[in-house]
Amino acid sequence: MPMIEFKNVEKYYGKFHALKNINLKIDEGETVVLIGPSGSGKSTLIRTINGLEEIQEGQLLVNGFDLHDPKTDMNRIRKNVGMVFQHFNLYNNKSTIENVMLAPRIVLKRSESDNKQTAMALLEKVGLADKAANMPSELSGGQKQRAAIARSLAMKPKALLFDEPTSALDPEMIGDVLDVMRDIAKDSSMTMLVVTHEMSFAKAVADRVIFMADGEILEDSSTKEFFENPKEERAKKFLSQVADH
Amino acid sequence: MALLENNFPTFMQGFGYTLLSSIIALIGSMILGTGFAIMQIMPQVWIRKIGNIYVQIFRNIPLLVITFFFFLVVSKYVKMSGFTSGTVALMLYTSAFIAETVRAGILSVDAGQMEGARANGLSFGQALRFIILPQAFRVALPSLGNQFINLVKNSSILAFVGGLDLMYQGNMIAATTFETFSTYIVVGIFYLIITLPLSYYMQHLERKLKHAA
Repeated sequence: MPMIEFKNVEKYYGKFHALKNINLKIDEGETVVLIGPSGSGKSTLIRTINGLEEIQEGQLLVNGFDLHDPKTDMNRIRKNVGMVFQHFNLYNNKSTIENVMLAPRIVLKRSESDNKQTAMALLEKVGLADKAANMPSELSGGQKQRAAIARSLAMKPKALLFDEPTSALDPEMIGDVLDVMRDIAKDSSMTMLVVTHEMSFAKAVADRVIFMADGEILEDSSTKEFFENPKEERAKKFLSQVADH
Repeated sequence: MALLENNFPTFMQGFGYTLLSSIIALIGSMILGTGFAIMQIMPQVWIRKIGNIYVQIFRNIPLLVITFFFFLVVSKYVKMSGFTSGTVALMLYTSAFIAETVRAGILSVDAGQMEGARANGLSFGQALRFIILPQAFRVALPSLGNQFINLVKNSSILAFVGGLDLMYQGNMIAATTFETFSTYIVVGIFYLIITLPLSYYMQHLERKLKHAA
């Protein structure tokens, strides 16, 4: 069973057709990178998967549940699908470790000692053990993003969505965040969908690359095939443009 | 001074009722105001509408009119004293302003905070309680302090409906002693005994929370 499956999904913002007939399957454990020019619908697509954006038509199955069905409990989906945002969205009123511990405590009812242990281990993993007691305002951008990743992992999700996780970071901060993401991708059971402009990351980590433009999926190929031999003209053009940087 | 000594129990009784009315109305209006603020930011349009109608009604009618409505109209159906009608009116009136203050506080919190919380598995209510409201109250604090001080001062409408408060007792004392000037000076000082510590406390809280941020 695929972890995430789009069947003829359509999404509109008023009259604007943001997602056009999306068909996409992502299997459990897969790492998929979603690229494309800005305004192509990448973020919209990824945000539909945990219900931050509603779809208007079609079927969207996540972990076997149909998101378009009003009977589906969105909170249950979100328990299993974590998300990392471009602007981190850490809880500004909570310390780093509290950011990591809050949802497991109140949503999963994890015991306090277990929760603390898990949180510390995760902060260790992302290199922030010494910042556990600091407030988000005292962290750098890269540290914030790594804390946000730890926060998502604490829920032990089946899938993680990354919405341009390094786009708001200073260049020297990007490496640390990508390293953490690379580590997560190594875990064979974690399904990852990453919207990014980091082509080297895509090349090194992704199993598959999906190229979007104007709300459509134009190309869905293995990483090797996509970078060595892109089929679509727009994908070729996009690759040559990002390669210039 | 003789005036204060001779009428001390009466002043104290008024002071007590003013304090009691203020405390009840403050707690009640905080709860109601926060509730109506939340209603106004709910995803469901009809809930937002109800919240908005409530706020518009109680914010835009003079407090005295609301007080008389409870004292003269509602009391025909539900038995209530002047003290109760005045306190209820004060609570409802202030809650509309608190709702607006808290709503503004909620709107000042970055939308990413709610998205982060929802994506993290929290329900809308949990996100409000643990993430949004604590940040909203911090922003709203200076303005809430003003509302609280206004509330204490506005409690003087109890005098119009025999509410036994400071203003009411002051009126009585002034009418019997004819020492109008001194009486109202004493009344004013009694109000200050409540409002000055309250405003210092609010400023203290503001400073404390600023450092915590």
